[in-house]
Amino acid sequence: MNTQEQIKALLEEHHIVLFMKGTPMFPQCGFSAQVAAILGEYHVEFHAVNVLMDDAIRQGIKVYGNWPTIPQLYVDGELIGGCDIITALHEQSQLAAVLA
Amino acid sequence: MIDKIKKTIETALPGSIAEPFTDDNHHFEVRVIAPQFSGKSLLAQHRMIYAALGELMNEIHALAIETKVKENV
Repeated sequence: MNTQEQIKALLEEHHIVLFMKGTPMFPQCGFSAQVAAILGEYHVEFHAVNVLMDDAIRQGIKVYGNWPTIPQLYVDGELIGGCDIITALHEQSQLAAVLA
Repeated sequence: MIDKIKKTIETALPGSIAEPFTDDNHHFEVRVIAPQFSGKSLLAQHRMIYAALGELMNEIHALAIETKVKENV
């Protein structure tokens, strides 16, 4: 399975997937930490992928999502956005509906 | 780099105003006001900026983006 197929399978397996640097407990980047913290406030289950552990995924997700940066949040296989958008949605109380 | 970001975005989005900031030349923030954003989702607006910046994105470690359609909105 190539990287793009691997990512697709991962996205089909989990309702919410966060591609981030580090882990929710030990984020390695401010933006990744911010998104993980925001998700934590919603008490939703999400699958976190530490892209620092797999460079193929780290580069592959940028191609898959047509989005050049990490973190990337996916719900039902759809890219919702990076840190700015998740923060904006959260601040405008629109994130809960997106995560449902 | 700040001028490069401003010029690149404003060239790619005619009529737009880009205001990039940084305090460490590593993490950047840019506010962009562009008529092309109207009716577009946040995701689409940010994608327009990433597309405009193109290769420059490889030199930018982190970019926080804030978009607006019109100045007074």
